[in-house]
Amino acid sequence: MEHVACVGAGMTIFSRRLKETGKEMCYEAVRMALEEAELELKDIDTVVCGTAPDAFDGIHMKGENLLDGCGGSKKTYMRVFTGGGTGVLAPIAGWWHVASGLSDVCLVVCEEKMSSCFPHPQSAFAHIWDPILERPLNPNLVWIFAMEMNRYMHVHNIKKEDIALVSVKNKKNALDHPSAQLAANITVDDVLNSEVMAWPVQRLDISPPSDGAAAMIFAREDVVHSITDNPVWVEGVGWCIDSTMWTNRDLYFPQYVAKAAKMAYRMAGIHNPFKDIDVAEPYDPFDYKELHHMEGLLLCKKGEAANLTKEGVTQRDGDLPTCPSGGLLGVGNPIAATMGVKACEIYWQLAGKAGKRQVPDARTGVCQAWGDLMQYGSVMVMRS
Amino acid sequence: MVQTPQGVMNMTFLSRIERPEDFRHWFGDMEAEYVYTSGVAGDTFFNGLKKGKILATRCPHCDRVFLPPRIYCENCFSELTEWIEIPNEGVVETYTVMHVDIEENPLDPPEIRAFIAMEGTDGGLLHKLNVSPDSVEIGMPVKAIFKKEKEREGKITDILYFEP
Amino acid sequence: MEKYPGEALSLEEMKKVTQEKWSPRVKYAWSCGEAMSRFLNELKKGKLIGRKCHTCGRVIFPPKMFCEICFKPTDEWVYLPDTGTVMTYSASYLDKDANRITEPILVGVIAIDGASEDMGIMHYFGEMTADEITFGKKVQAVWKPEKERTGSVTDIKWFKPLKE
Repeated sequence: MEHVACVGAGMTIFSRRLKETGKEMCYEAVRMALEEAELELKDIDTVVCGTAPDAFDGIHMKGENLLDGCGGSKKTYMRVFTGGGTGVLAPIAGWWHVASGLSDVCLVVCEEKMSSCFPHPQSAFAHIWDPILERPLNPNLVWIFAMEMNRYMHVHNIKKEDIALVSVKNKKNALDHPSAQLAANITVDDVLNSEVMAWPVQRLDISPPSDGAAAMIFAREDVVHSITDNPVWVEGVGWCIDSTMWTNRDLYFPQYVAKAAKMAYRMAGIHNPFKDIDVAEPYDPFDYKELHHMEGLLLCKKGEAANLTKEGVTQRDGDLPTCPSGGLLGVGNPIAATMGVKACEIYWQLAGKAGKRQVPDARTGVCQAWGDLMQYGSVMVMRS
Repeated sequence: MVQTPQGVMNMTFLSRIERPEDFRHWFGDMEAEYVYTSGVAGDTFFNGLKKGKILATRCPHCDRVFLPPRIYCENCFSELTEWIEIPNEGVVETYTVMHVDIEENPLDPPEIRAFIAMEGTDGGLLHKLNVSPDSVEIGMPVKAIFKKEKEREGKITDILYFEP
Repeated sequence: MEKYPGEALSLEEMKKVTQEKWSPRVKYAWSCGEAMSRFLNELKKGKLIGRKCHTCGRVIFPPKMFCEICFKPTDEWVYLPDTGTVMTYSASYLDKDANRITEPILVGVIAIDGASEDMGIMHYFGEMTADEITFGKKVQAVWKPEKERTGSVTDIKWFKPLKE
């Protein structure tokens, strides 16, 4: 297997609605990544496009539609799609192409245009439910998060005030991110007083739907040094999926994330995740999900993540900075394009290019994405 | 019948269907509404159509003219900022004669859809061709006929059809 | 702070740019298969049914004709009581289209008695307020009258507290 590094990344702003079409958003993100890596499109031999349900953009075969904007015309091209998990699975797929020796320089592009779905992307989510067991009950996707959050709170006896600290931290971190859609200085009381959507989920517990795109460029070891002297190496990858029968398991712990994490840590030689990892970007579409995933990533014992947050361990100046980018809660949630605040953020952190968000001396980082019907986890470990 | 690892013979569920009326179907549909905005290049193009103009973008490095226009060159990925108005002159590159509509209802008279390569570009437009099926030919010179100015909306249908 | 690419639009601005609207017209007839067909037919009779795998011993509910752990066909139909315990719940102030409603919908996952651990289904709760639902609470299905049942999960109206 070849040793693979990331040599450049880019992303658009995340916004509730962007003027650009999906193709144009991809172009802008790719342009930024190529400029950072000082490469031209002709230097890219393979393109991987990660984009989640066709139902959001409303265009069938979305990967094919975005092709030219991704720079994939007449190139080796592939689309990968695992709902929200795409944000880290797409760079993993980029890694496969290079690690296998098939590609020298691979471009990974992720895009989502949720604003096309009117009046609200909720309607596209409606089709994820089982048509026989669940749709007849007219469910709203927020219900499933509410039920998982409630179960997690119950099993570990965690209070809403402690979970709200995550939303406060991430929205504040996002103030330093140029792409941020919902960055703000809020308080725990703001979260607890916000509109109840489906108890225990309240408005400020949730990330917004967004349009956006992100790009990353991966290269093989012997090619890397001619491109940059500041590469960030992919040291471990893992992914795992559980069934859609989410009502047949106890939701308090994401076993599939733990399995994906173990796969990645074994490859990266990580034995004590809390000590060995300097910065983490777990997937945070809801505030409780950051805690849920910290435990899934084996960064702490089950039920302990809320305490670490309370103690300030996950702040940028803490022992394990978590979501220094501001995450989905602060920057935005364009499903697959969340790669911009997960994999791209870890790359920028380890390359020392994170600007005001920079975590000092970050050498090893982990990013994780999560998707589908509470079932998918993808994990990537990088080192500089 | 299959042998399980425990040595027990097991009937698979594919074996016998005795009462077909017990097998159910569940009916449903995909309800969704979409609003597709034209984007940065598209907005300029469709506003051009509204004024009766056909606009394209040009890549100075590859010397290619894109219609429909884009803000990036597919080939070298430069950002395209040069807009040009192209003459309303096209040639039928290929066509099809439709005898049924999207729901398979018969179309009488049949309609023609064609890809029209526009002069001065490396591309063209897909549109209706207002000509009888007997006289359509690949290579026919055609031009766009626009709707009356106040009826134009900034959509591809601002062109009514192409005709010789 | 540097500026990243992209041009944000407000809802008002989005209505003003050139655009196309579309709604897909797609209908489906999903085949329920053997397990769900029987499941639905039993619901019409006011009963719950699961499938048992003799190899791992699990009683799977809702029923499946294959055991996904042993990866072989399941072996036996098993009737189950219409009682269970609350695994998790939520009080939703949003309907399926994300519109706000004043009276919350009480919904959750109920682990059905007699099925293996954590074998639950999602359903409504009724005849209790949001404050009265607790984890582990024992509940009982409330059925529609026989002539109103059609063979659907909605043949159960909701789950209410079990009267001991």
